[in-house]
Amino acid sequence: MDDHSAPAIRAEAIESLLIEKGLISAADIDEVVERYNDRIGPLNGARVVARAWRDPTFKRALLADGTAAIAEFAFEGAQTEKLVVVENTDRVHNVVVCTLCSCYPWAMLGLPPRWYKDPAYRSRIVREPRRVLREFGVDLADDVEIRVWDSSAEVRYMVLPQQPANAARESEAELTARVTRDSMIGVEVLR
Amino acid sequence: MTAEFSLDGAAAPPMQNGELVFDAPWQGRAFGMARGMAERGIYAWDDFRDRLIAEIGAFDRDAEAIVRRGGAAPEFRYYEHFLRALETLLVERAILVRGELGARVHAFEERPHGHDHAHAHDHDY
Repeated sequence: MDDHSAPAIRAEAIESLLIEKGLISAADIDEVVERYNDRIGPLNGARVVARAWRDPTFKRALLADGTAAIAEFAFEGAQTEKLVVVENTDRVHNVVVCTLCSCYPWAMLGLPPRWYKDPAYRSRIVREPRRVLREFGVDLADDVEIRVWDSSAEVRYMVLPQQPANAARESEAELTARVTRDSMIGVEVLR
Repeated sequence: MTAEFSLDGAAAPPMQNGELVFDAPWQGRAFGMARGMAERGIYAWDDFRDRLIAEIGAFDRDAEAIVRRGGAAPEFRYYEHFLRALETLLVERAILVRGELGARVHAFEERPHGHDHAHAHDHDY
């Protein structure tokens, strides 16, 4: 077999065989892609973050047991992975990586961006987090401790970013709109 | 490195995540197959993940060796590793046989240009 066939053709060949064998249908595949690409997205995570900013009781519960705290949101797929939420403060900045592949809190953030899977990010964020964060535009003071969390099949990490100082009076919906995917990975500080 | 990060490392509003995930439609199909088969219980997702880690680990080691010898780091194409991991798992589980897959790939490669096709997912090369 030619292992150098264009991946587009290989993917199509695999799909056609799986469909013929009755293991999955084209519509099933469409549904999965649509679900992860469009319906599940960082908006889920943003809603959780905004709630935590507004509701100290929820925030405590979220940091104590992420999986249990988000149960009330009934996010698709959220029950299948253990979620650990780590809080950014004036003294600690958290950032998430999966050094081995691409583990990511899908139910909260959708599918990971391209750079998250890149060898450069996977290795460098562990070795030189301060420098990599600076390349993302996050310039941390020297006395801010950086914690790098390596995701795994068992545990998915998500960052609870700091609420922007100028957002104190905003509603939960307005706050939700401020929360970015990158801030929940830990490569952005919200202003 | 900086350029790679800045591609979409900048602020992306929550609703705009989707566009940057797949560079080509076949990548979405590969993801949909791998995830969909796991959701249907045909294999455990972690078994797929193990093959993906092996694929990516092999790339990382090769790339490191090349760079150590002074070469340029090869381009990392995540979904090509993803697809190979899927293929490996399907063949290991005897869900697909190498020969039939090779024959199907060959048949698709031989198609005349502009053939009828159910999905528009082969226009990315």
